[in-house]
Amino acid sequence: MARRSNTKMVPVPSDSIVPERDLGRAPVLETKHLGIDFGGLTAVDDFNLTVGATEIAGLIGPNGAGKTTVFNLLTKVYQPTRGAILLNGKQTADMNTVQVNKAGIARTFQNIRLFNDLTVEDNVKIGLHNQVKCGTVTSILRLPGYWKSEKRAHDRAMELLGIFGMQDVAKHQAGSLPYGAQRRLEIVRALATHPSLLLLDEPAAGMNPSETSELMETITYIRDTFQIAIMLIEHDMNLVMGICEGIAVLNYGRIIAKGTPDEIQNNPQVIEAYLGKQ
Amino acid sequence: MKKMKKSTRSKLITYAMVAAGFVVMQGLSAAGMVSNSLAGQLVPICVYISMAISLNLVVGILGDLSLGHAGFMSVGAFTGVVVSMSLRFLPPLARLVLAIGIGGVFAGIAGVIVGIPVLRLQGDYLAIVTLAFGEIIKNLLNNLYVGVDKKGLHFSMKDAQALRLKEGTVLINGPMGAPGIEKLSTFLAGFVLVLIVLTVTLNLVESRTGRAIMAIRDNRIAAESVGINVTKYKLMAFVTSAGLAGMAGALYALNYSSVLPKKFDFNTSILILVFVVLGGMGNIRGSIIAATVLTILPEALRSLNDYRMLIYAIVLILVMLVTNNPFLKTNWVMLKKRMAFWRKNKANGGAADGQKK
Repeated sequence: MARRSNTKMVPVPSDSIVPERDLGRAPVLETKHLGIDFGGLTAVDDFNLTVGATEIAGLIGPNGAGKTTVFNLLTKVYQPTRGAILLNGKQTADMNTVQVNKAGIARTFQNIRLFNDLTVEDNVKIGLHNQVKCGTVTSILRLPGYWKSEKRAHDRAMELLGIFGMQDVAKHQAGSLPYGAQRRLEIVRALATHPSLLLLDEPAAGMNPSETSELMETITYIRDTFQIAIMLIEHDMNLVMGICEGIAVLNYGRIIAKGTPDEIQNNPQVIEAYLGKQ
Repeated sequence: MKKMKKSTRSKLITYAMVAAGFVVMQGLSAAGMVSNSLAGQLVPICVYISMAISLNLVVGILGDLSLGHAGFMSVGAFTGVVVSMSLRFLPPLARLVLAIGIGGVFAGIAGVIVGIPVLRLQGDYLAIVTLAFGEIIKNLLNNLYVGVDKKGLHFSMKDAQALRLKEGTVLINGPMGAPGIEKLSTFLAGFVLVLIVLTVTLNLVESRTGRAIMAIRDNRIAAESVGINVTKYKLMAFVTSAGLAGMAGALYALNYSSVLPKKFDFNTSILILVFVVLGGMGNIRGSIIAATVLTILPEALRSLNDYRMLIYAIVLILVMLVTNNPFLKTNWVMLKKRMAFWRKNKANGGAADGQKK
């Protein structure tokens, strides 16, 4: 798939970081003046962002800038105080976390949240909850529908685990996996819900450089095969600058810069936010 | 030997254990080798096994502490009594089956009514409110009067006179409970009930619904994030558990000539919780063993008179200590690993010898 080269940039709306190839298509996500207050504290304010249909977008910023809060707003863990979220053009104001997931947002968590006592395969099967269905009575009576759906869930789970080459640990307990593998399993589980937008909260945290570069390839591979948009929070600048097509920088709950990796790297405000005033 | 999934083998062992227990007891009683006191315990053992398995569904699989399980048992018990006594024209077996079935349905309905408010809470608060609901159910039954005559069933919350029966019988007489029950329960019925409860629970756990329930237990936020309706599946587990408890309650009531509402108090709820905790949360086979042993034990120790409950308590404490002992736990895991390795070696004809230490 053709990547956007920075030299061939077409003029885009000022608050958009959508790559060229997605311009003709409806964006997967649009936020308008999104904000949330916790008591008197404004955690996120006036957050405007558009994510293209197959874009890999990055959300960066210093610690405590409100990045994870943005993810929690998008997935309705928190209800926004102000503003609107449009997912595939649809308002998500009345939705809860479950409905937002069904509408197409899947996520991973900064502090890994796997179903630790269950096997790796079961974790992915739980992700397939709304994809492969089977009634409770059918399951209890072990009717043919049960066996059929179990087989489908198993096959699909194995296929998805194959993205990270994790088929051979399918029977292991999720909580017993090494840290990096747990992060990868979270991505697989999120993918299993068939999202149109995948939110990754620090996917490379705790990974060594070779694991990180492998992860970069996999994220691009996921975008290419599933044709979905991916938005990620990450502190590893090699990863962010390497695969993100559009980057938004958050500081004190506000977006201070948006643009391509090159633009961000040379933005004086961003440099100030990260390194302080010269 | 055909290779079997680990979970399938574990399930088969559980079923085999229950079946073996039934066959042995049947054989012993046919040979006249079962004492009277043990023979009287057979149906209660089946009831407590069913209760423990059904409570394990909430405590172990869903991960919510419920302290009002006896309440659902009593709903099933008294519904069962009313059903069996008001349908006297039917053959005993049909009455028993109907009593257990309808008892389960009514307990399930009680589960919905209790579950909707209770499942909004979490942790200790949920436990306290289930305890309260258990007591509420008991007190309601303490004030419930049901009678039957030719015109059908009569209900009252005042007294037996308020039923205004014409040549009928009082089936439930408030705090006096249900007098004059016809004993319909048999050990065979108990065995079948245990099998039903076991099958429902084990099949539920290994299904899409069961995985959703366990996902909620392991991580509620993550479960929501993958699109699992938490309230729905919590309620489903709770209601299934209540329904199964109601079936066990009906079998229990029909094993005696009279049943008092007082019987289904907090102590009974705790007794069942002890079975679950001792057998291991989420461990169905453990619940079965714990319920059996702890039901037989007080009777078996009856000859020790006053020391009976003392020894019972000591056994409880010892089992807790042993099952939670880290030293024994690690050794058990190591022993298991050695066994697996030894078995593998044997299967490979010793080919793997020397490759591993």
